[in-house]
Amino acid sequence: MSVICKNLTKRYLFKTAVDQLNVTFEPGHIYALLGPNGTGKSTLMKMLCGLTTRTSGEILVEDHPFTYRDKANVAFAPTEFIFFDYMKISDVEKYYRDYFRDFDSNCFHRLLEELELSPSMKVKTLSSGMLAKLKIAATMSRQAKLLLLDEPLNGIDLLTRESILKTLISHADPSRAMVISSHMVEELEPIVDTAVFMKEGRIVLQTDVESLREKEGLSIVEKYRQIYGNTDMKEAI
Amino acid sequence: MDFKSNVPIYLQVIAELKAKMLTGEIRPGDKLPSSRELALTYQINPNTASRIYTELERQGLSYTRRGIGTFVTEDSSVLEYHKDLELKRIIGEFKSSLKALGCMEEDIPRLLEKYK
Repeated sequence: MSVICKNLTKRYLFKTAVDQLNVTFEPGHIYALLGPNGTGKSTLMKMLCGLTTRTSGEILVEDHPFTYRDKANVAFAPTEFIFFDYMKISDVEKYYRDYFRDFDSNCFHRLLEELELSPSMKVKTLSSGMLAKLKIAATMSRQAKLLLLDEPLNGIDLLTRESILKTLISHADPSRAMVISSHMVEELEPIVDTAVFMKEGRIVLQTDVESLREKEGLSIVEKYRQIYGNTDMKEAI
Repeated sequence: MDFKSNVPIYLQVIAELKAKMLTGEIRPGDKLPSSRELALTYQINPNTASRIYTELERQGLSYTRRGIGTFVTEDSSVLEYHKDLELKRIIGEFKSSLKALGCMEEDIPRLLEKYK
Protein backbone atom coordinates (compact mmCIF):
# COMPACT_ATOMS: atom_id res chain seq x y z
CA MET A 1 0.00 0.00 0.00
CA SER A 2 1.65 3.24 -1.02
CA VAL A 3 0.89 6.32 1.02
CA ILE A 4 1.50 9.83 -0.23
CA CYS A 5 1.47 12.98 1.89
CA LYS A 6 1.00 16.23 0.00
CA ASN A 7 1.57 19.55 1.76
CA LEU A 8 0.45 17.85 4.94
CA THR A 9 0.13 20.31 7.81
CA LYS A 10 -0.83 20.06 11.47
CA ARG A 11 -1.11 23.23 13.49
CA TYR A 12 -1.81 23.33 17.19
CA LEU A 13 -2.74 26.55 18.89
CA PHE A 14 0.77 27.91 19.22
CA LYS A 15 2.86 25.44 17.26
CA THR A 16 3.03 24.06 13.76
CA ALA A 17 4.03 20.44 14.34
CA VAL A 18 3.98 19.33 10.70
CA ASP A 19 4.47 21.98 8.06
CA GLN A 20 3.59 21.46 4.37
CA LEU A 21 5.24 18.06 4.43
CA ASN A 22 5.63 15.92 1.32
CA VAL A 23 6.64 12.27 1.51
CA THR A 24 5.77 8.90 -0.04
CA PHE A 25 5.94 5.52 1.68
CA GLU A 26 6.10 2.56 -0.71
CA PRO A 27 5.41 -1.10 0.10
CA GLY A 28 8.43 -3.37 0.48
CA HIS A 29 10.55 -0.77 2.22
CA ILE A 30 11.66 -0.13 5.78
CA TYR A 31 11.95 3.57 6.54
CA ALA A 32 13.79 5.22 9.39
CA LEU A 33 12.01 8.42 10.37
CA LEU A 34 14.71 10.52 11.97
CA GLY A 35 15.13 13.82 13.73
CA PRO A 36 15.61 15.28 17.20
CA ASN A 37 12.70 15.42 19.62
CA GLY A 38 9.93 17.80 18.67
CA THR A 39 10.38 17.69 14.90
CA GLY A 40 6.93 16.25 14.23
CA LYS A 41 7.66 12.52 13.82
CA SER A 42 4.93 11.36 16.18
CA THR A 43 2.42 13.88 14.86
CA LEU A 44 3.05 12.62 11.34
CA MET A 45 2.49 9.03 12.46
CA LYS A 46 -0.70 9.94 14.31
CA MET A 47 -2.09 11.59 11.20
CA LEU A 48 -1.16 8.54 9.09
CA CYS A 49 -3.16 6.24 11.34
CA GLY A 50 -6.08 8.59 11.78
CA LEU A 51 -5.55 9.43 15.46
CA THR A 52 -5.04 13.11 14.73
CA THR A 53 -6.79 15.10 12.03
CA ARG A 54 -4.74 17.23 9.69
CA THR A 55 -5.11 20.98 9.49
CA SER A 56 -4.54 21.04 5.74
CA GLY A 57 -2.97 19.12 2.90
CA GLU A 58 -3.70 15.60 1.73
CA ILE A 59 -2.96 11.98 2.57
CA LEU A 60 -3.49 9.67 -0.40
CA VAL A 61 -3.69 5.89 -0.04
CA GLU A 62 -3.31 4.13 -3.39
CA ASP A 63 -4.40 7.40 -5.02
CA HIS A 64 -7.62 7.86 -3.03
CA PRO A 65 -7.91 10.27 -0.08
CA PHE A 66 -7.36 8.69 3.34
CA THR A 67 -10.67 7.88 5.06
CA TYR A 68 -11.63 6.06 8.25
CA ARG A 69 -11.78 2.83 6.23
CA ASP A 70 -8.04 3.01 5.57
CA LYS A 71 -7.35 2.88 9.30
CA ALA A 72 -7.99 -0.86 9.05
CA ASN A 73 -4.78 -1.20 7.04
CA VAL A 74 -2.56 0.83 9.34
CA ALA A 75 -0.98 -0.50 12.53
CA PHE A 76 0.48 2.04 14.93
CA ALA A 77 2.61 1.35 17.99
CA PRO A 78 2.97 4.55 20.02
CA THR A 79 5.96 5.25 22.25
CA GLU A 80 3.93 5.00 25.43
CA PHE A 81 2.96 1.74 27.06
CA ILE A 82 -0.52 1.03 25.89
CA PHE A 83 -1.81 -1.99 27.79
CA PHE A 84 -4.04 -2.06 30.83
CA ASP A 85 -2.35 -3.13 34.05
CA TYR A 86 -5.05 -5.59 35.09
CA MET A 87 -4.75 -7.62 31.88
CA LYS A 88 -2.89 -10.82 31.25
CA ILE A 89 -1.13 -11.21 27.91
CA SER A 90 -3.97 -13.52 26.86
CA ASP A 91 -6.42 -10.66 27.55
CA VAL A 92 -4.33 -8.35 25.40
CA GLU A 93 -4.77 -10.90 22.63
CA LYS A 94 -8.57 -10.90 23.05
CA TYR A 95 -8.61 -7.13 23.17
CA TYR A 96 -6.67 -6.87 19.92
CA ARG A 97 -8.76 -9.56 18.26
CA ASP A 98 -11.92 -7.64 19.17
CA TYR A 99 -10.62 -4.37 17.82
CA PHE A 100 -8.75 -5.40 14.70
CA ARG A 101 -10.16 -7.66 12.03
CA ASP A 102 -6.67 -8.30 10.63
CA PHE A 103 -5.27 -9.56 13.95
CA ASP A 104 -3.75 -13.02 13.52
CA SER A 105 -3.75 -15.03 16.77
CA ASN A 106 -1.44 -17.75 15.42
CA CYS A 107 1.10 -15.13 14.48
CA PHE A 108 0.74 -13.56 17.95
CA HIS A 109 1.46 -16.87 19.68
CA ARG A 110 4.45 -17.53 17.47
CA LEU A 111 5.79 -14.10 18.30
CA LEU A 112 5.23 -14.55 22.03
CA GLU A 113 7.32 -17.70 21.85
CA GLU A 114 10.07 -16.03 19.82
CA LEU A 115 10.16 -13.13 22.25
CA GLU A 116 10.02 -15.35 25.32
CA LEU A 117 6.68 -14.17 26.66
CA SER A 118 3.80 -16.33 27.78
CA PRO A 119 0.02 -15.74 27.62
CA SER A 120 -0.40 -16.20 31.36
CA MET A 121 1.91 -13.32 32.30
CA LYS A 122 0.31 -10.26 33.86
CA VAL A 123 0.93 -6.88 32.25
CA LYS A 124 1.46 -5.34 35.71
CA THR A 125 4.48 -7.57 36.39
CA LEU A 126 6.26 -7.10 33.06
CA SER A 127 9.59 -5.27 32.85
CA SER A 128 9.89 -2.38 30.41
CA GLY A 129 11.76 -4.61 27.97
CA MET A 130 8.98 -7.19 28.10
CA LEU A 131 6.34 -4.50 27.60
CA ALA A 132 8.21 -3.27 24.55
CA LYS A 133 8.29 -6.84 23.18
CA LEU A 134 4.58 -7.29 23.88
CA LYS A 135 3.82 -4.08 22.02
CA ILE A 136 5.81 -5.32 19.02
CA ALA A 137 4.14 -8.75 19.12
CA ALA A 138 0.64 -7.23 19.24
CA THR A 139 1.37 -4.70 16.49
CA MET A 140 3.14 -7.12 14.16
CA SER A 141 0.34 -9.67 14.49
CA ARG A 142 -1.91 -7.38 12.54
CA GLN A 143 -1.66 -8.02 8.82
CA ALA A 144 -1.57 -4.25 8.22
CA LYS A 145 -0.06 -2.81 5.06
CA LEU A 146 1.43 0.23 6.76
CA LEU A 147 3.24 -0.27 10.05
CA LEU A 148 4.13 2.76 12.13
CA LEU A 149 6.45 2.15 15.05
CA ASP A 150 7.18 5.16 17.21
CA GLU A 151 10.48 4.75 19.07
CA PRO A 152 10.18 0.96 19.48
CA LEU A 153 13.71 0.65 20.88
CA ASN A 154 13.50 3.37 23.50
CA GLY A 155 15.01 2.37 26.83
CA ILE A 156 15.50 -1.26 25.82
CA ASP A 157 18.51 -3.41 26.67
CA LEU A 158 20.84 -4.82 24.00
CA LEU A 159 19.46 -8.36 23.82
CA THR A 160 15.83 -7.28 23.76
CA ARG A 161 16.74 -4.80 21.04
CA GLU A 162 18.24 -7.57 18.96
CA SER A 163 15.19 -9.78 19.27
CA ILE A 164 12.90 -6.87 18.34
CA LEU A 165 15.05 -6.08 15.30
CA LYS A 166 14.89 -9.72 14.23
CA THR A 167 11.11 -9.68 14.53
CA LEU A 168 10.97 -6.56 12.39
CA ILE A 169 13.15 -8.13 9.71
CA SER A 170 11.17 -11.35 9.60
CA HIS A 171 7.89 -9.45 9.24
CA ALA A 172 9.04 -7.16 6.49
CA ASP A 173 7.35 -8.16 3.28
CA PRO A 174 7.00 -6.78 -0.25
CA SER A 175 3.39 -5.79 0.34
CA ARG A 176 3.91 -3.69 3.45
CA ALA A 177 5.68 -0.48 4.29
CA MET A 178 7.32 -0.10 7.69
CA VAL A 179 8.10 3.28 9.19
CA ILE A 180 10.24 3.29 12.33
CA SER A 181 11.00 6.48 14.20
CA SER A 182 14.00 6.80 16.43
CA HIS A 183 16.49 9.24 17.73
CA MET A 184 18.92 6.40 18.35
CA VAL A 185 20.03 6.25 14.77
CA GLU A 186 22.79 3.60 15.04
CA GLU A 187 20.38 0.87 16.03
CA LEU A 188 18.33 1.17 12.89
CA GLU A 189 21.31 1.60 10.58
CA PRO A 190 21.52 -1.99 9.19
CA ILE A 191 17.83 -2.83 8.96
CA VAL A 192 16.35 0.15 7.12
CA ASP A 193 16.73 0.83 3.42
CA THR A 194 15.54 4.43 3.38
CA ALA A 195 16.26 7.26 5.78
CA VAL A 196 13.83 10.16 6.09
CA PHE A 197 15.19 13.18 7.95
CA MET A 198 12.68 15.60 9.50
CA LYS A 199 13.33 19.09 10.69
CA GLU A 200 10.81 21.59 11.99
CA GLY A 201 7.85 19.70 10.61
CA ARG A 202 9.27 19.11 7.15
CA ILE A 203 11.25 16.45 5.33
CA VAL A 204 14.74 17.80 4.67
CA LEU A 205 16.13 14.67 3.04
CA GLN A 206 14.94 11.26 1.95
CA THR A 207 17.68 8.90 0.83
CA ASP A 208 18.45 5.26 0.08
CA VAL A 209 20.94 4.37 2.81
CA GLU A 210 23.08 1.99 0.74
CA SER A 211 23.61 4.64 -1.91
CA LEU A 212 24.35 7.18 0.84
CA ARG A 213 27.17 4.85 1.95
CA GLU A 214 28.26 4.10 -1.59
CA LYS A 215 28.18 7.59 -3.13
CA GLU A 216 28.99 9.80 -0.15
CA GLY A 217 30.80 7.28 2.07
CA LEU A 218 28.53 8.38 4.91
CA SER A 219 26.59 6.41 7.49
CA ILE A 220 23.14 7.54 8.58
CA VAL A 221 24.69 8.76 11.83
CA GLU A 222 27.21 10.90 9.97
CA LYS A 223 24.51 12.33 7.72
CA TYR A 224 22.41 13.00 10.83
CA ARG A 225 25.27 15.01 12.33
CA GLN A 226 25.66 16.90 9.05
CA ILE A 227 21.99 17.81 8.97
CA TYR A 228 21.32 18.60 12.61
CA GLY A 229 24.77 19.31 14.02
CA ASN A 230 25.20 22.77 12.51
CA THR A 231 21.93 24.22 13.69
CA ASP A 232 22.70 23.11 17.24
CA MET A 233 25.93 25.06 16.99
CA LYS A 234 24.09 28.14 15.77
CA GLU A 235 21.55 27.86 18.56
CA ALA A 236 24.35 27.53 21.06
CA ILE A 237 25.92 30.74 19.80
CA MET B 1 28.79 -9.39 12.31
CA ASP B 2 29.74 -5.79 13.07
CA PHE B 3 29.32 -3.57 10.08
CA LYS B 4 31.22 -0.46 9.18
CA SER B 5 28.31 1.91 9.00
CA ASN B 6 29.76 4.04 6.20
CA VAL B 7 30.47 1.20 3.76
CA PRO B 8 27.54 -0.32 1.84
CA ILE B 9 26.32 -3.33 3.80
CA TYR B 10 25.80 -5.45 0.69
CA LEU B 11 29.51 -5.14 -0.11
CA GLN B 12 30.52 -6.13 3.41
CA VAL B 13 28.35 -9.24 3.42
CA ILE B 14 29.51 -10.18 -0.09
CA ALA B 15 33.13 -9.90 1.06
CA GLU B 16 32.41 -12.19 3.99
CA LEU B 17 30.54 -14.76 1.88
CA LYS B 18 33.30 -14.68 -0.73
CA ALA B 19 35.92 -15.27 1.96
CA LYS B 20 33.92 -18.27 3.20
CA MET B 21 33.81 -19.66 -0.34
CA LEU B 22 37.52 -19.18 -0.87
CA THR B 23 38.53 -20.76 2.44
CA GLY B 24 36.20 -23.68 1.79
CA GLU B 25 33.93 -22.95 4.75
CA ILE B 26 31.17 -22.89 2.14
CA ARG B 27 31.87 -25.46 -0.56
CA PRO B 28 31.06 -25.53 -4.29
CA GLY B 29 27.49 -26.73 -4.81
CA ASP B 30 26.42 -25.87 -1.23
CA LYS B 31 22.96 -24.41 -0.83
CA LEU B 32 23.02 -20.86 0.45
CA PRO B 33 20.40 -19.62 2.94
CA SER B 34 17.29 -17.98 1.49
CA SER B 35 17.54 -14.21 1.31
CA ARG B 36 15.16 -13.91 4.26
CA GLU B 37 17.38 -16.22 6.32
CA LEU B 38 20.39 -14.21 5.23
CA ALA B 39 18.65 -11.01 6.37
CA LEU B 40 17.95 -12.57 9.77
CA THR B 41 21.44 -14.04 10.23
CA TYR B 42 23.19 -10.77 9.52
CA GLN B 43 20.32 -8.63 10.85
CA ILE B 44 20.10 -6.59 7.69
CA ASN B 45 17.36 -5.19 5.51
CA PRO B 46 15.66 -7.87 3.36
CA ASN B 47 16.10 -5.77 0.20
CA THR B 48 19.84 -5.59 0.90
CA ALA B 49 19.86 -9.38 1.32
CA SER B 50 18.28 -10.01 -2.07
CA ARG B 51 20.66 -7.51 -3.64
CA ILE B 52 23.56 -9.56 -2.24
CA TYR B 53 22.35 -12.64 -4.11
CA THR B 54 21.79 -10.70 -7.32
CA GLU B 55 25.35 -9.42 -7.08
CA LEU B 56 26.89 -12.82 -6.24
CA GLU B 57 25.09 -14.33 -9.20
CA ARG B 58 26.22 -11.50 -11.47
CA GLN B 59 29.82 -12.25 -10.46
CA GLY B 60 29.26 -15.91 -11.28
CA LEU B 61 29.78 -17.03 -7.69
CA SER B 62 26.29 -18.47 -7.27
CA TYR B 63 23.37 -19.66 -9.35
CA THR B 64 19.67 -19.98 -8.69
CA ARG B 65 17.53 -23.03 -9.27
CA ARG B 66 13.99 -21.80 -9.57
CA GLY B 67 11.90 -22.86 -6.60
CA ILE B 68 14.81 -24.69 -4.96
CA GLY B 69 17.28 -22.05 -3.90
CA THR B 70 20.63 -20.44 -4.48
CA PHE B 71 23.80 -22.52 -4.70
CA VAL B 72 27.54 -21.84 -4.71
CA THR B 73 29.04 -22.21 -8.17
CA GLU B 74 30.68 -25.52 -9.00
CA ASP B 75 32.84 -23.85 -11.63
CA SER B 76 36.29 -23.95 -10.02
CA SER B 77 37.71 -21.47 -12.55
CA VAL B 78 35.40 -18.75 -11.17
CA LEU B 79 36.55 -19.44 -7.63
CA GLU B 80 40.20 -19.47 -8.79
CA TYR B 81 39.66 -16.13 -10.50
CA HIS B 82 38.24 -14.58 -7.32
CA LYS B 83 40.99 -16.12 -5.22
CA ASP B 84 43.50 -14.52 -7.55
CA LEU B 85 41.84 -11.11 -7.17
CA GLU B 86 41.83 -11.51 -3.40
CA LEU B 87 45.54 -12.46 -3.34
CA LYS B 88 46.39 -9.45 -5.45
CA ARG B 89 44.40 -7.22 -3.11
CA ILE B 90 46.02 -8.58 0.06
CA ILE B 91 49.54 -8.39 -1.37
CA GLY B 92 48.87 -4.89 -2.66
CA GLU B 93 47.77 -3.73 0.80
CA PHE B 94 50.75 -5.47 2.40
CA LYS B 95 53.18 -3.74 0.06
CA SER B 96 51.67 -0.32 0.53
CA SER B 97 51.81 -0.68 4.34
CA LEU B 98 55.49 -1.58 4.06
CA LYS B 99 56.14 1.34 1.73
CA ALA B 100 54.45 3.66 4.21
CA LEU B 101 57.07 2.53 6.74
CA GLY B 102 59.81 3.41 4.24
CA CYS B 103 60.65 -0.10 2.99
CA MET B 104 61.62 -0.60 -0.63
CA GLU B 105 60.02 -3.20 -2.88
CA GLU B 106 63.32 -5.11 -3.15
CA ASP B 107 63.64 -5.35 0.66
CA ILE B 108 60.49 -7.43 0.92
CA PRO B 109 61.98 -10.91 0.31
CA ARG B 110 64.71 -10.20 2.88
CA LEU B 111 62.11 -8.97 5.41
CA LEU B 112 59.94 -12.03 4.86
CA GLU B 113 62.97 -14.24 5.49
CA LYS B 114 63.91 -12.28 8.63
CA TYR B 115 60.44 -12.37 10.27
CA LYS B 116 59.18 -15.73 9.09
